[in-house]
Amino acid sequence: MPSPDSRRPAPESAALSRRAFLLLPLLVVPAVPALGRTAEALSFDGLYQSIGVLGIRYSERALSLKGRPVRMRGFMAPPLKPESAFFVLTREPVAVCPFCASDAEWPVDIVVIYLKKTLAPVDFRQRIEVEGRLEIGSWTDPRTGFVSQVRLVDAELAR
Amino acid sequence: MRFTLSSFAALAAALCSLPAAAQTIYPIDRAEILAGSRFDLKVEFPGVVDPARVSLTINGHDHARVLGRSAELIAREDGKEVSSLLLRDVSLARPGVYTVTAGDGAATRSVNWTVYGTPARRAAKNVILFIGDGFSIGHRTAARLLSRGVESGKIKGKLAVDEMPYMALLTTQGTDSIITDSANAAHAYTTGHKSCVNALGVYCSRAAKSLDHPKVETLTSLAKRKGMAVGAVTNSEIEDATPAAMVAHTRRRSDYNDIVRMYYDSGIDVMMGGGSPNFLPRSVAGSKRADEDDYIARFRDAGYAVVTTRSEMLAAAENAKTTRLLGLYNTGNVDGALDLKFLKKGSVAKFPDQPDVVEEMRAAIKILSRNKNGFVLMVESARIDKYSHSMDPERAIYDTIMLDNAVGAARDWAKANGNNTLILVTADHSHPVSVIGTVDDNAPGGEMRNKVKIYEDAGFPDYRPNGEGYPVSVDVPRRLRFIFGAHPDYYDTFRPFLDGEFVPAIKNNDGVMVANEKYRDVPGAVLRVGNLPNEGPRAANQGIHSGDDVILTAMGPGAEKVRGQMENTDLFRVIAEAISLAPNGKSAATAKP
Repeated sequence: MPSPDSRRPAPESAALSRRAFLLLPLLVVPAVPALGRTAEALSFDGLYQSIGVLGIRYSERALSLKGRPVRMRGFMAPPLKPESAFFVLTREPVAVCPFCASDAEWPVDIVVIYLKKTLAPVDFRQRIEVEGRLEIGSWTDPRTGFVSQVRLVDAELAR
Repeated sequence: MRFTLSSFAALAAALCSLPAAAQTIYPIDRAEILAGSRFDLKVEFPGVVDPARVSLTINGHDHARVLGRSAELIAREDGKEVSSLLLRDVSLARPGVYTVTAGDGAATRSVNWTVYGTPARRAAKNVILFIGDGFSIGHRTAARLLSRGVESGKIKGKLAVDEMPYMALLTTQGTDSIITDSANAAHAYTTGHKSCVNALGVYCSRAAKSLDHPKVETLTSLAKRKGMAVGAVTNSEIEDATPAAMVAHTRRRSDYNDIVRMYYDSGIDVMMGGGSPNFLPRSVAGSKRADEDDYIARFRDAGYAVVTTRSEMLAAAENAKTTRLLGLYNTGNVDGALDLKFLKKGSVAKFPDQPDVVEEMRAAIKILSRNKNGFVLMVESARIDKYSHSMDPERAIYDTIMLDNAVGAARDWAKANGNNTLILVTADHSHPVSVIGTVDDNAPGGEMRNKVKIYEDAGFPDYRPNGEGYPVSVDVPRRLRFIFGAHPDYYDTFRPFLDGEFVPAIKNNDGVMVANEKYRDVPGAVLRVGNLPNEGPRAANQGIHSGDDVILTAMGPGAEKVRGQMENTDLFRVIAEAISLAPNGKSAATAKP
């Protein structure tokens, strides 16, 4: 499994042999496009082992990634405020904005995103990719009262 | 124009009589109240009042003499510079007209209530109230065409609902608007009072908190007080507005966690639907609660069989000891008939063993009929509305057929069990939907709009119904053209959505509601520019309710009261009279013009 956070220099890199050092450019060049892709990709399906009436069971992989950077692809639900550091990532575009309509309920498998900085909403019709530290477990946002089970925190949009 | 002293005085007098500064009284003017039913009395004054100058009389007597208790004066309601009088949980036992007058020393205001009794003798043992959410005439016609077909110009067979003898047009408007939502529409049926959009079991007052508004008693509470069993089964989330109207008192229908508590407190005997996350304590993954209350455990401890699949439901219903049941079959809405029985889309892969509404109803009747005092059961086919919002005609029509199958099963049960069940079938509100012809894939011409066949060219669609009345294939070459009169921008694909429910429109990053690009490349798709707001807080991303009347159809004892044009609140009264909910007062029905 790749390092959870390989943006940080690994201790071994200081002790590279001269030969390895000479070979490094050969390794690095093809890897350049992937430099921003060090976080583990996690899909909505991959989050869960099962979604049952009496509760969700997270996948072993998702649980093993708790506290580590992951990237997820989904759709931004229209946020509560136009410019926000907080939004909901859904598997499919939401048909009804649950923030806006009193009769709309969120899907059960949402991921709440807490961004590093405020972001103008992106196109809700386009699939986006978000990278952040994975948190699993019930948490109530003290500012909004919004209860979430899965979050990406200190997150950034990958595109 | 020159003002004279007299014209100025006239203007001043006119301004003084403006109703804007008058107090508001709940229940409101023209309220019809079942004798003995409980309600909260509230008077809202336009400013802070002097307690010594406040008066509240009923037919000229101090209210405490009539109601047995004095209202509490709230000097500054919700910390604002306004006073209110509040008296919760009172009732009026004697039928008649009551004039309620409230004064603050400066102005008085009066409202009239009509309190009605019911016949002393109970005509019906049981009541089954079917609500096709959003069920409109277009849906009914379409369901008949798909499930029965036409031969020699006549329908080959009637729907179960077609065979019921009594019918009326119901008007559905509320206290705030000509258009209702499922909340105040169902509230009218379960309380006999009008209310406003989003409200359940309450009048819409100025209270700041959604649970503080003046309450009225629900059918569940009244029937339970009479010793009857009560149930609500649906294929929406059980907390959704229509079933919630059986038990809830909140200004905001989205108070799901409170509504779960209200179900529990109501003592309702059978409840089934989706929406399990609001029953789970916060610490359970998948919960939507903000507290650690475990309502699954609470219902179990209170003697409910808790089931999560169709198989478990059937087994629990077969068990003669089961008298209370909580059935939760999905985290969200239970899948509709087209997905559940044919396409296996939606959430069927995740929840493969969900009952349909017919099976839910049969199980509910089996359990509720164990109460010898009879039962009241609400049965909702909820997704007729939801699929009409998402502008997915075939899913809405299949769920209309499912509603009718449930009506047929209830009719057969009633016939085999004493013919003493009042069956009512209605909608809570309508959608602007119509059958306008057919679409014929084999018609010549490139553009799909030229394959839309109207008048004599429409002919008859190709559906072949199975034993349950559902077409075995929804995607036939000549199919129904079913349209929505009010809509956002969307891509019209002229064909059923075989890959899952339609999502017509989505907000773009400028906050404008635009057509969902996902359907742009469907062969033949055409962009339809919307005719609903696409900006601002009420921008529409889906079809909407209409204010058209809905049809109420009825059979069984008490059904003869269903005729002509009625208010939706009159449906409550039909039930109240049939099961004699206020036997000590004479029926006021004949006194009505």
